[in-house]
Amino acid sequence: MLSIDFRQIGIVAGKEFWDRIRNRWVLAVSIVFTVFALVIAYFGAAQQGAVGFRSIDVTIASLVSLVIYLIPLIALILGFDAIVGERERGSLDLLLTLPITRKELILGKYTGLAGALAFSTVAGFGAVGVILSPSLSLSALFHYAGFMLSAILLGFAFLSLAVMLSVFATDRTRASGLAIGTWFFFVLVFDLLILGALVVTAGEYGGAVFPYLLLLNPADVFRILNVFSLDEVRTLYGLATVFPEALSNPATLGGVMLAWIVGPLAVAIWRFER
Amino acid sequence: MASTIVEARGVTKDFGSIQAVKGVDLSIAPGELFGLIGHNGAGKSTLFKMMLGLIPLTSGTIHLDGEPITGPRFRETRRKIGYLPENVVLYDNLTGLETLYFFADLKAVPRRECAGLLDKVGLAQAAGRRVREYSKGMRQRLGFAQALLGKPRLLFLDEPTTGLDPGAIRDFYRILRELKGEGVTMVLTSHILAEIQERVDRLAIMEGGQIRATGSVQALREAMNLPLTLEIAGGAGLREQVARALEGLAIEGIDEAGSVLHIRLARDAKMPALTRLATLGDTLRDLHVREPSLEDVFFGYRN
Repeated sequence: MLSIDFRQIGIVAGKEFWDRIRNRWVLAVSIVFTVFALVIAYFGAAQQGAVGFRSIDVTIASLVSLVIYLIPLIALILGFDAIVGERERGSLDLLLTLPITRKELILGKYTGLAGALAFSTVAGFGAVGVILSPSLSLSALFHYAGFMLSAILLGFAFLSLAVMLSVFATDRTRASGLAIGTWFFFVLVFDLLILGALVVTAGEYGGAVFPYLLLLNPADVFRILNVFSLDEVRTLYGLATVFPEALSNPATLGGVMLAWIVGPLAVAIWRFER
Repeated sequence: MASTIVEARGVTKDFGSIQAVKGVDLSIAPGELFGLIGHNGAGKSTLFKMMLGLIPLTSGTIHLDGEPITGPRFRETRRKIGYLPENVVLYDNLTGLETLYFFADLKAVPRRECAGLLDKVGLAQAAGRRVREYSKGMRQRLGFAQALLGKPRLLFLDEPTTGLDPGAIRDFYRILRELKGEGVTMVLTSHILAEIQERVDRLAIMEGGQIRATGSVQALREAMNLPLTLEIAGGAGLREQVARALEGLAIEGIDEAGSVLHIRLARDAKMPALTRLATLGDTLRDLHVREPSLEDVFFGYRN
């Protein structure tokens, strides 16, 4: 087995990261996050006839819904051509004749892109946190930081999926199709399937298993992580009574999210080395 | 120093049921400028990629400077090689200098080498411009500079003059001559046979996944025993006279093209023919002996 040279990973990661800074990708995504988060924080309760910041729990609950749509999409767009794009342009062959292994290349790409995504998330939502900070207690700020951290992990998980797709896809068109399909499946279809199965079986068959099936979707893991960290939100979603105790453990959920990050990336490396 | 810097033994590559490369043996000596020619699909790109470690071999071995390219010492081996792909696609958003910095970092080459290399390939003035603003020829030159990073002992050049104008092609081969003088081994492929026939030390002709012939251009000409051509400038009106003078020799044909008379004759008939033509004295204004071109040799082997 060939050893890993972290310097090579760092060089590739640095290039990927600075590429996104220079082409203003990071700036654009940060602005999108900031604007959406501010709109939600101030107008999220407009349907109930109230405008303005209400509580951190309600704000995070609204932001969770936003993030579940937005971050997977952004992460998939960011990573879908990481490898297939290089291959299609013809620069992959050149890179692979250099003293760098395929594993180092893919880890470098992932690290750089993940850095850009994390930076955008922190900058975008962090700016909102700073704006809201006069209205927030220390505990609320802690919750908000937790929300940002989980949003970053969600982004890493979908970025990992995107890089995996990028390795398997034969061209950029297919990779983009797979990325869109992945987004539809995890963000729109997955919960409907579970809900449908629950309704069809009237909860009679394997009802206890259904909550655990949510762990098969990183977007749901993110949702549960945030929902169970906040009392008001838990009540709001009405989930406190139907979810097993084990699913409310942030360490377990964090571990599952970590598996969603490492798993697809490991598959990508395995495939890329063959 | 090893007697060969590239050593391929029994190299085979299968893509499903298609055998792209069939049991190739190839040895390239240090300091050689070696050409690999063949039509599209002959297997040269596959062989090239296997030599670079880009695709695995189905069977056989390839050693570069005594080491397998994918072995445990692959980093050291790869630092000794430079590669210029056929269609150089670099990073549009980087400047020429930044591009070289990136590749220099990956090769662990000091960045201070980069500016000098850009100067060497004639891109010093464009060093600070984004690659997206480069013409095809400029990109090719930047790719060449990238290949030269770290003073490689072995250069792989895939269709290296694609997109270059005549001046740049001349500069390119001038640099190759300098590198050859420094003992660098170069392996290049090209479709422009006229361009490489006077420049390579040896070449291999690939056909159907196999190497059909290896040697210097002259050795391949002689081995093929292709006819020579005598060209007599202003000899269009002398056809009968020349034919009579050459009677009894192995003449394959006499044709006129404009004012030039072309006489195709067997290689061993050259000296007797020249002796007889000399008897025509001042009637002949000028005479050239033209060897078969590399293209003639290539098609000779293909047929």
